[in-house]
Formats: sequence, structure tokens, C-alpha cells
Amino acid sequence: MTEPAGHPVPGPAALFDPGAPDLPTAPIGGWRTAIVHSVRHPTPRSVAIRLDVPDRVDHWPGQHYVVRLTAEDGYTASRSYSVASAPADPQLELYVERLEDGEVSSFLADELRPGDPLEIRGPIGGWFVWTGGRPATAVGGGSGVVPFVSMLRHAVDLDRTDLLSLVVAARTLADLPYADELRAAGARIVLSREDRPDRPAGRLSAADLAGVPVAGARCLVCGSAGFAETASRLLVDAGADPAQVRVERFGPSGGPAPLF
Amino acid sequence: MPGFTRGFTGRARRADPRLPPGQYDVGTDFPVLTAEVTPRVRTETWTMTVDGLVERPSTWSWDEIHALPASEYRGDIHCVTTWSKLDTSFGGVSLDVLLDAAGPLPSATHVLATSTTGYTTNLPLEDVTGGKAWIVWTHDGHPLPVQHGGPVRLLVPHLYFWKSAKWITRVTLLDHDQQGFWERNGYHDHGDPWKQERYSGD
Repeated sequence: MTEPAGHPVPGPAALFDPGAPDLPTAPIGGWRTAIVHSVRHPTPRSVAIRLDVPDRVDHWPGQHYVVRLTAEDGYTASRSYSVASAPADPQLELYVERLEDGEVSSFLADELRPGDPLEIRGPIGGWFVWTGGRPATAVGGGSGVVPFVSMLRHAVDLDRTDLLSLVVAARTLADLPYADELRAAGARIVLSREDRPDRPAGRLSAADLAGVPVAGARCLVCGSAGFAETASRLLVDAGADPAQVRVERFGPSGGPAPLF
Repeated sequence: MPGFTRGFTGRARRADPRLPPGQYDVGTDFPVLTAEVTPRVRTETWTMTVDGLVERPSTWSWDEIHALPASEYRGDIHCVTTWSKLDTSFGGVSLDVLLDAAGPLPSATHVLATSTTGYTTNLPLEDVTGGKAWIVWTHDGHPLPVQHGGPVRLLVPHLYFWKSAKWITRVTLLDHDQQGFWERNGYHDHGDPWKQERYSGD
């Protein structure tokens, strides 16, 4: 499942270059009927779902899955969710934020039970990935930290957590997915509405990224459109080459300002 | 595969014939999904080039492309992430005008569109000719915002929206299909929303 060990992982410039030689390709999986192993509600607005997936194609950390729900009349609704588990995990873990009026997320948060079958498709996406081949700096906001949890767990499996620098943001610690795990791993925690011992409440700023590796590191940003815009600009201002910054935005276009 | 999902009823059905299968109406929102740092494209230095298998490789400046006959698209757009935006409008120039000026060679079958960021996407030539594709710089009458590809993007509204490359700067005609950015990362080479051509293999 890896980008081969010792093989330099091609940067985005190479991926963008139509003349680039063939590159390691991320795994792609088709539709599976998974069985829900467990459902956990880390916060009132979220659900972590662990699935047993038959004939699973192991993902690269950062890839996502599509979940498809089908009503009795054949109506379907599909949404994409990041994987939180490591590739070596025998189960697949998806983390879902429950959105107001979220057609799929509210079902997953409120209705899904252990033992239920669930149609999923994945892994998908070969861009927003990190497999441990080189240093990476990851900046995530809200449920945008989920792909970085997969990367962190993978780094733990590889015993290479030294390669991963994490900056994670939320409104409060209680709103931060996998807060305990991220804190234990030494992630910098940025809270917009809650003071921390080492940091007063406030949105992500340049000071929060001071000293994070940018030169020679793959930079990864994931969050709402507003958060991703802010974080990617801050990384570039901190010296990151824009061509080395990979961004995953999600959710609605939002208001004039990012939430965190 | 289960016949249906226990307990799932879904939203109230609105039999809107404009929505392709698996899509929902996002309403007035306009989500932003891009894979790279948003570039700052300066109209003073931006150019649009049509090259590759053409008789006359051609380049237009910002002012020159605005002097071409104006054209508008009114209708719907569809994102592979399942949102659709209905009744939009975009203004610019028909890609036909640029292609006619450059003169595609008979051997040209596909195009590769390239953005200032290096983002690429591939399309069959027949999907960008005959009034199906535009180079646009306005959305609903206003200058196209940078997060939506401003100042200028490709618009191919009958295909999933990742084909409508933001910050377009080049269209290269080829005699073969050469995968672009998302297509090499698991997404479909064609991307017809009515056939749900979302991922490779669909």
C-alpha cells in the first residue's frame, strides 16, 4: 500500500506535470457492503463508525470513502467521509460530523446501529495523502483533522511520528475530534473560543505556525473553505512553496469569515 | 448488496428534472473545492493560449479575449461531490471562438485544459465544441470570485464541475486522451453527471 520505501515521493509539481513519468498510484476500491461494528458519539454533533469491510482495499492515509444510503423507494443519497483509521487497522473507521439538516450525516449519527449493513465505496482520492515517505506538516480545522488522525495512526504504526507535525483547530477542546489522541501526540492545539494554558482563545494565526517545518515538507491543509484558505495562506507566508501545499476543502462556502 | 438502508427515508422528493441522479440542489450556496493554494492571477499578465494540434497556435491577453463576441451560459452546474447549483449564469466567450481562430487539425480528438496552478483536466474535443464550453469571467453578472476560479475559468457545464478548470490559461489539442489531475487520482475520464461517471471504472 505504500509509496515505496526509500523512493522519493513525487511532489505536486511532478503530479501536475503531464509529462511526468508514471507515478505510484493510490489504491482505488469499488462498492462493498460493510457491516457496522460499532457506533460511538465522541461529541453530541459527531459519530465515529467502525466497519468490517469484506475484501477491503487498504487505503492511503488521507483518502476517503463514499457512503450511500438507499430508501425503500430506491431514492439514494451519497456523501464522502474521510477515513480516521490507519491502513493496518483491521477495521475501517469513518468520522462524521452531524450537520443540521444533514440528510446522510443525521442518519448516520442518529439511526445507524451495530450489525447494520452499510454501502460504501473506496478508498478514493490520490492527492490528499501521506504514507510516511517524507516529512509532512498538517493543518486541520474541525472535522478537517480526521484525515490527519489516519496519518498519525499510520505514523505510530511505522514508529515515525517524528515525520508528522500537526496543527489542529476547533472552537473548543470539546469540539475537536480525537482531541485526546491529538494532544497525546503533541499536536499544536488552536482554539478560537477557549483559552489554553499556553495560548489565549483566538483564530489560527501566523504565530500558531511558527517553526513548523515547511521547507522540504509536504504541507497538507484540510477544513472548511474559509479555514483552508486562511491556513494555506499562512503556510505560504511562512515560507511554504505553494506547489508543495495540498488542500482539501469541504462543506458549504460559508459566511465571510472562517469559523476557527 | 442490501436492497435498502434500514430506517433511511431521505429528504422529501422533489421531482426536479434538472437534477441528475444522485445529486441534490445546493440552493444559493456555492461550495468551494480545490486541491491547491488559491493563486493570485493578475489580469495584466494572464494570457489564454490554444495550442497543440492546431493550424495557428494562438494567445489572447485579458483585453484581447474581452474584445471577442460575448457569450453567456444560463443553466445548471453539477459537482461530483453530489451538489448541483441550478439556474446559474456565467459570462465570457464561447470556446468555439478560440478554437475556430486556432483551427484544430483533423487529427485532434481530445483537449487538455491547464490552469495557472498546473491543475489539468482532460476532455474529448467534441465535449468542448458546438456551444458546450466557455471561457468565463463573470458569475451572475459579477466578476468571478477568485475562490470560484476568478478572474477566469473554463466552463463545461454538461460535465461534472472538476472539468471546468479554475484559473484556466491553456487548452492543448491532442490526438489522444491524456489524463489530467483528478483523472489520475481516481476520477472518471469523461464525467457525465447524467451517467454518474464519477470515478474511474464507472
